[in-house]
This record gives sequence, C-alpha cells and structure tokens, in this order.
Amino acid sequence: MTQQALRSIGRLPARALAGAMLLAAMVVVALSAASLASTDPFSVAGPALAAPGGPHPFGTDDLGRDVYAGVIHGAWSSLLVGFASATCATLIGLAVGGLAGIRGGMVDHSLMRATELAQAIPRFFLVVMVVSLFGGHLWLIIAVIALTAWPSTARIFRAQVLVTLGRDFVVAARASGSSDLGILLRHVLPITMAVVAAQVASQVGAAILAEAGLSFLGLGDPTVMSWGALLGAAHQTISEAWWIAVFPGVALTLTVLACNLLADALLRDR
Amino acid sequence: MTVSPSPWRWLLGRLVLAIPVVAGVTTLTFVLIHLAPGDPIIALAGDGGSPAYYREMHAKYGLDRSVPEQFVRYVASVARGDFGYSFMFQLPVLRLLLDHVAASLVLGFAALAIGVSVGFGAGALCAISRSRVLDAAVRSAASLAYAAPVFWTGQLLILIAAAKLGWLPAGGMTSARETFTGVAWFGDVAAHLMLPALTLSLPLAALVANVSRAAVVDGLHDSYVRAMYARGLSRTRVVVRHVIPNAAVPVATLIGQHAAEIVAGAALTESLFGWPGVGYLVLHASLHRDYPLVTAAFIVISSAVVFFNGLTDAVVAWLDPRMRLT
Repeated sequence: MTQQALRSIGRLPARALAGAMLLAAMVVVALSAASLASTDPFSVAGPALAAPGGPHPFGTDDLGRDVYAGVIHGAWSSLLVGFASATCATLIGLAVGGLAGIRGGMVDHSLMRATELAQAIPRFFLVVMVVSLFGGHLWLIIAVIALTAWPSTARIFRAQVLVTLGRDFVVAARASGSSDLGILLRHVLPITMAVVAAQVASQVGAAILAEAGLSFLGLGDPTVMSWGALLGAAHQTISEAWWIAVFPGVALTLTVLACNLLADALLRDR
Repeated sequence: MTVSPSPWRWLLGRLVLAIPVVAGVTTLTFVLIHLAPGDPIIALAGDGGSPAYYREMHAKYGLDRSVPEQFVRYVASVARGDFGYSFMFQLPVLRLLLDHVAASLVLGFAALAIGVSVGFGAGALCAISRSRVLDAAVRSAASLAYAAPVFWTGQLLILIAAAKLGWLPAGGMTSARETFTGVAWFGDVAAHLMLPALTLSLPLAALVANVSRAAVVDGLHDSYVRAMYARGLSRTRVVVRHVIPNAAVPVATLIGQHAAEIVAGAALTESLFGWPGVGYLVLHASLHRDYPLVTAAFIVISSAVVFFNGLTDAVVAWLDPRMRLT
C-alpha cells in the first residue's frame, strides 16, 4: 500500500510535486509560526527601516517592527483564510451540486439558477462592502469568500453526478436499495475526487489573494498579522526600504503559485 | 436551417439575462444594509442630537417605515439611478461614480490591449515555434505572473522604474508640479498610465498566453488545416489567415469569464497608483465607511461585470458565427 502510494507520487509531474511541497512547507511554517519567530510581529523590535541582516533577517518596517516575524505569522492568517473558506465552499458546493444532480426536475432547475446568480456576483467588491458595513473580522471574511466560491464546485459536481447516474454500478446500487446520499458518497464522490481536490486547491489560492487584497487596502482584520497588511504598509516607504514589500510579496506569490500548480496537475492527471 | 437572428435582438436577449443578477445584487445589498450594526443617521450626523432630531431625520430618510416599504423605495431609487449622497464627498453618488468612469476605462483598455497582445503573441509563438525552451520559459513566466497579486508586482515596478531608475512617475494621473496642455497633457497622462497599465496587464497576459497557446496547438492539428496543407497552401498563410483568427474565440471567452477578477485587479491597481478611477474612489470610500457610495458601487460594478460578460459574448459571436445560434 505504501509502496503503491510512493510510486503514484513518483509519477506526478514535477510541477505538481513542486506545488505540493511548497504548499506543505507553507503549512508547516504557519503551524509552527510561534517557534520560528518568537518576536511579536506587532511590537517594535528594533530601529525603523533597518536593512535585512543581523537580528532582523528581513529588515524592519517604518515603525521598527520585524518583517521576518510579520511574514512568518502572516502565513497563519493567509492559510487559515484559504483553507477554511475553500473547505466551506466545497461542502456547500458538493451539497448543492449533489442535490441538484440526483433530484433533478424543479430542485435542479431552481438550485442551478441560484448557482448562476451567486456566480455572477463580483466577490471582491462584495467582501469590500460587507467589511465596510460590518467591520473586518477574519471569520466574516472567510464566510463571505466561502459563500461566493461554491458555485463552480456545485456545477462541476452536478455534471459529474449526471454523468455517473447512468452507469451500471449506480443503477445496481439503486436496485439494491442505496439511498441518494449513499450513492453520492460511495459512488460519485470517489471518482470525482481529483476534480474536487483541484477545485479546492485553486479556491485556496483565490481566497488567499482576496484576503491579501483586502488587508492591503487596510480593510482586513486589524488584530491578525497578514501578508496583505505588510504590503499595504510597505507602499509608503517603497523607495527607501525595498525589503518591506519584497519578502511578504514573495511569500504570497509562492503560496498562490503552489495552489495553482497543484490544481493544474490534479486536473491534468486524470 | 436556422435563420440567424438580428444582432440587436440577440444583444437585447443577453441584456435580459442580466436582469435577475442586478435584481439579486440590489436585494442582497438592501438586506446587508439592514443587517449592518449601528444607526445610519448617527453615522451620517453624529450622536450629539436630540431624540426629536433623530425622529425627524428617520422620517426624512424613510427609516420609520416598514421594511417591505423601505425595500420598495430602495429599489425604486436604484432604478432611477438615485443612490443618495456620499458621506465623504457630500455629492450625489451617481455623479461621483460617473466622474471616475473615464479614468477606469482608459486604464482598463490600455491593460487589455497590452495583456492581450503580449499574451497572445507569446502563446502563439510557443505553439508555432514548437521550441521546448521557449515553451517552458513562457509557461513559467505565465504561472508566476498569474499568481502574483497586482498590488505586489505594481510595487516592484514602482521600485524599479520609478524609485531607482526614475523613468516613469509612480502615481497619479497627471504631474502635480507642472500643468500641461494640449499634446503635452496627453504625453503626461500616457507616462502616468504606463506603470498601472503594465501592472494590470501582467495577470491578463498570463491567462491569455496559456489559452492562446493551447488554442493554436489545437488549431494546427485540426483536420481543416491538414486539408489546406494538402491543397498546397503555405504554412504562413494557413497560420495567419486561419489558425490565429480561430484562436481568438477562446481568448475572448476567457476574458469574459474572468471579468470580475479583472475589475477587482483594476480597482487594486488604481488604489496602489492613485489612478483616479472608480476602483480608487470606492476602495478609498470603503476605508471611511461611506455606505451610500460603497453599496451603490457594488450594484453598479456588478451590473458592469454582467454587461462586460454580454459584451465579450457579442465579440465571440462576431468572431465565431456558430455561437449566434445558441
């Protein structure tokens, strides 16, 4: 079993492997942020605008806060937003798509119209509006991103359900008394796993970008450190201190790149 | 044989499809405004007034009526284009939005022109040259450009082209120190446009490069292309006259699908560079909790995205007559 798993990993294209490893590394950084950077990212840790090196490997910002600590702790909020909203979006998408596909008729019709409507809403501006009405709480940002990200999953899963329903093994399962939910979970979901996983990976990337954009503008959650907020602060001093912009941007871009590479490989590797 | 419907009728059909979206977005906005904490009158006038004053203000803005009644009034005013007054600017919201549309369109079209030509050129070149090195280089560059957020690549461009080299202005739409007129004014605006347009074009070019590369590769293997070779047409002629125009169809479709993303990217780019477009206005207003402006912008931008989708559908139909029948 392990050997088989290892061999199937070995068969993955280099880009997929690079993406998976990069994302795994980011997750490790996010989970062990407290031990990797013991400095509080919000506290004044040294002189303002100190160049990278010595006690501050990524330099300090205009308030003397350590950029390295900011980047490390920022990984946590970025990945939390990414994974939490993608997970919620996937669960909603699977529920809506599965229900629409298996019930058909009016249920299918109305759910799909709702899906199209939700898909037409420009996500970024909805998040901006919600945050300016309700304040920038991390959970609220996660919820709004999740509530706008599910339609693509729903459509893909519904299409897969419709394709699979006519297959012999599903007809046989039906005949032997399987429930709708049983058919969806035991027969349709396993063969759509790669597509759903690809969807999750690209949603993680998109959610991270959305949150970063929000924090860049100063609309993010002010109580958590984030890459977007670091980039927003960097803008004022860009000509004197390149490091405040470069390091968080590299972290952000690499994480999103990792998600996209993984999503791409999962879609191609079917 | 189906008779192709007139293009106007077809376009009207597309616009009708936009109605549920605009209605849904308007309803959502109304619900969110009502769920939001705090009294809008206190947000508008402060909390130092007497109870009688607040009663009067509530009556003036219709806030003392029932929720369904308020909803009807809200929809009616949105339909009239009356979005109220901006808290920040003390001006009608619609006029503010309209004042900033031109700058956004200039930036958007400049970025689209750069992104589509660079992306299409790179993608088609990869497909035609069949060079593995070029292909790997373009694909890597595209992956990177698509993953990098505009508010970061924009800062890198400012850092290099404005701060270090001093070639181009880093922000704004015109020079603050000098006033230009006539041709010189256009030159000044163009210089200010360079960096934001380049920034916004990067993710676009990446998207377009991937799709056009795949489309040209597919096109080169299509049976009609082989038939043309068999009839003795030159490779150049087949590629330029047939393969490349056909590859434009998926590119136009793609741009339509990513309309919302492009508009969000444009808003962030405007905000970074201080380019005085709708995005800059709205994002600035959202920081100051200017509800009337932010909520109106959400409705207007959603409608604009749906309209833009319809527009790209029209372009696709123009490029590919088969699409007109569906």
